[in-house]
Amino acid sequence: MSKSISRDNRVSPLWAIVSAPAVWAVHFLASYLTAAIFCAKLADSDGSAGEVQLAVMSYTVIALLLIAAIGASGFRRHHHGRHSTSHDDSGRDAQRRMIGFATFLLACLSAVATLFTALVLVFVGTCH
Amino acid sequence: MTAEATTTDERDPAAARLLDAWRTPTGWRYWTAVNNSEVGLWYVVASFTFFLFGGILALLMRIQLAVPENDFLTADQYHQVFTMHGSVMMFLFAVPILEAISILLLPEMLGARDLPFPRLSAYGFWCFLIGGIFVCGSIFFGVAPEGGWFMYPPMTTEYQTGVGVDIWLLGLSFIEVASIAAAVELIVGVLKCRPPGMRLNLIPLYAWYILVVAVMILFAFPPLIAGDLLMELERSLDWPFFDASRGGDPMLWQHLFWIFGHPEVYIVFLPSVALLAMIVPTFARAPMVGYGWIVLAAVGTGFLSFGLWVHHMFTTGLPAISIGIFSAASQAVAIPTGIQLFCFIATLLVGRVTKSVCLLFTLGGLATFIVGGLTGVMVAVAPFDYQAHDTYFIVGHLHYVLIGGTIFPIVAGVYYYYPAVTGKQLSERLGRYAFWMMLIGFNVSFFPMHFSGLLGMPRRVYTYQPELEVGTLNLISTIGAFVLAAGFLVFLWDVLRPKSKQPLAPRNVWNAGTLEWLAEVPDKPWGVRSIPIVETRYPLWDQEQFVQDVDEGRFFLPGADEGKRETLVTSVVDAEPIQCLRVPGPTFLTHFAAVFTGGVFILSTFHWYVAAGISGVLAVATILVWLWTGTAWIPEKHEKDVGRGVTLPIYVSGSRAVGWWAMFITMLGDMTAFISLVFGYFFYWTIQEDFPPQDSTGPGWIWPIAALLAITLVWSAVMAARQFNRQNRGSMFYGALVCGIALSLTGGWALLMGPATHAMDPTSHVYPAIVWVLVIWTTLHVVVGIVMQLYCAARRMAGKMTARYDADIVNVTLYWHFIFLTTLITCLVIAGFPMVAR
Repeated sequence: MSKSISRDNRVSPLWAIVSAPAVWAVHFLASYLTAAIFCAKLADSDGSAGEVQLAVMSYTVIALLLIAAIGASGFRRHHHGRHSTSHDDSGRDAQRRMIGFATFLLACLSAVATLFTALVLVFVGTCH
Repeated sequence: MTAEATTTDERDPAAARLLDAWRTPTGWRYWTAVNNSEVGLWYVVASFTFFLFGGILALLMRIQLAVPENDFLTADQYHQVFTMHGSVMMFLFAVPILEAISILLLPEMLGARDLPFPRLSAYGFWCFLIGGIFVCGSIFFGVAPEGGWFMYPPMTTEYQTGVGVDIWLLGLSFIEVASIAAAVELIVGVLKCRPPGMRLNLIPLYAWYILVVAVMILFAFPPLIAGDLLMELERSLDWPFFDASRGGDPMLWQHLFWIFGHPEVYIVFLPSVALLAMIVPTFARAPMVGYGWIVLAAVGTGFLSFGLWVHHMFTTGLPAISIGIFSAASQAVAIPTGIQLFCFIATLLVGRVTKSVCLLFTLGGLATFIVGGLTGVMVAVAPFDYQAHDTYFIVGHLHYVLIGGTIFPIVAGVYYYYPAVTGKQLSERLGRYAFWMMLIGFNVSFFPMHFSGLLGMPRRVYTYQPELEVGTLNLISTIGAFVLAAGFLVFLWDVLRPKSKQPLAPRNVWNAGTLEWLAEVPDKPWGVRSIPIVETRYPLWDQEQFVQDVDEGRFFLPGADEGKRETLVTSVVDAEPIQCLRVPGPTFLTHFAAVFTGGVFILSTFHWYVAAGISGVLAVATILVWLWTGTAWIPEKHEKDVGRGVTLPIYVSGSRAVGWWAMFITMLGDMTAFISLVFGYFFYWTIQEDFPPQDSTGPGWIWPIAALLAITLVWSAVMAARQFNRQNRGSMFYGALVCGIALSLTGGWALLMGPATHAMDPTSHVYPAIVWVLVIWTTLHVVVGIVMQLYCAARRMAGKMTARYDADIVNVTLYWHFIFLTTLITCLVIAGFPMVAR
């Protein structure tokens, strides 16, 4: 059973699934903390938050690039093996395809959620 | 021995031995059972009992509010009743019922004999029961908490000086122990106890949901535990975390509470949806449409739900940008939430739907939840929330979400799984009566609340004036509440009515396709006769002769040759068998551990700290006995033939072992609580001009650096001890542990000396208070680490840990990885940050 034992450390598909939402989470937290700290510590009396807008836009570009890369990797996994392999077959290929599909879908959702956060900074530029 | 057992003995001796190993204790020893089928059932019954209690409190509120200026309850009584209603429903029903159902059913869904830590489940249950009775009992003495289920300071720190708030803080913290224990059990269960062949793409959707929810519990509950700790320190010792006059801020509590509180909504919603994901394919006679999409929905909702907490705080004066960010996330979460509902509808559309009460409750729940979800999107829009906040509109919204998203699906689940658990079916006729009464009663009760709220009726007030013109709406709500309660009574009667004359239901009565329906009628305590190889998502539908092969023991572990309770552990991704895990059986140790742990919390409530300390020592001693006698047994042989020509080790350590995963997961939760305290430190920095205060010397840097150095050396010593043990160099192993213990004492002492030698009075200002909290938190963990090192030394001395069987020291090493990280962060924050900030 040594072969199967060594495989137990293979948890990468689970990391693949959660990686895009994790990027969203980091982007979200970074945006919130930047805004909160800037507004509490650095904002002028007029409350203008142009620097926050700039910072969040840069976070967004980085986050979207990462999410796109994760989504592309998921898409490639999904197209692994024969096209006739269904997601609910018992083999490893089916597992790989299903995990790829879920990763791709989560990347799409994470991209939308990241854009939602970024859009706030397009429309709101004040701490007040 | 019964006639049935004699027959089984003669016909199939392997089955007889298996039955014997898993036999449920009888008589008064029944209560020592730790098997998931018993503990799960007790958990369900206890949760429903608390639910009924919470429901009665709701009716008392509705009587009080039926007419303007009513005097059925006094203001004080009303405050206690609404606080207990919310707290009971959320902490004693909504979360525990999901744990209960999962403990009861998850092993069956995974074809496992039991979850990997049955005694942990039992301990969690007894903690829950003791804590629940303690919290609920307070209302009968007129001392129940009055601060709402959210316990906002300064109301609860300065204006409510009775014992009620302490009962809430300590009683519910105690219950949270049970939740975190269940989270550990369920995560390890889903990841490591699946049947061979059940790869990630074949897991029942229920297990996906539970995995997500258990991880959410792990990250959502610890911030509340951290908040509870801070508030109890303020109430007991006058440390001013929420006292603005001494640098504190009540807003920190709101952050910590809602970082828990909003994911909590999804923690109770997702498992209920998970039940629907099992019910819908059965009654549609078709596999679930969009399995991958549902995984997306479960994982996506789990993540996004942590980005919503501030929408409970829109009216607290936060910056517009912060509000906007949380408003956006609150709307984004509607996407994954909606996707799963579309999958259910699509499955019903493509299938051949058969009528059933289960499906009625499913559809009623979905429709109700959609209404609640839509009003949720409305209140996620900040300007609308400004108008609706703290009005009855929110009460209407949240009950549509919680009753539609949780109660109706759970009732559907009870109708669905009742035959699998008891062997008898519930009445379809009574079920239909109950459904229509509940659906109509619910809508009559809660829909008018939206209008009461828009007309200006505030929440959490014990009465209202006739001039507000909401009297009629409130009367309608009260009538609806009683119709809803009558529906519940019909349901309750159906569940409890005597059924001895009713014939047993056929096996797999609904013709479902998933493994839990392998359950025999009447059910056997072994779970499954043999642990199957799974090749499809619906093996009972798709795998030929599947039930027969399972029943005739043609798969894994068809017997119990050594008379031990055993189940399979498989690899995380590919579900390949890697261990034959032996799990412990009935015991009273879990009861004693729960009673003594409860003593720490309950006695502290009344400030009986000496008694609480004694109880704590007894709890630790009991848990050590439990670990000593019930874990990491050295087997009589290294490997075992589990059937089908497969031989597996009986004992494994490291990342292949379930114990290692349990330690890892527990410490993730522990780190989350610690990070919440660190968040508190930086929160004070953001809100104050002068933090750390210029006139404070802080803990300095010498003591923290000394502590960090000592703990780094402890960490190295423990890793060295692990290595020496593997090399079977006993004297070096003990030497490393002696150094580790001495350095731990030094490190803990140095940590405390930092603030102690700099005259940091924790009652004077929030800065010394938060530094002390971080230091004490870290020191307590170091003390626990010392006990662990002593335990490992004793295990080796007693011959219970060897070079080959080394799980104890491996797990303790993992613990010390986290303690090193905790100490590093503590020292950087308390010693490093003041230098940067100044």
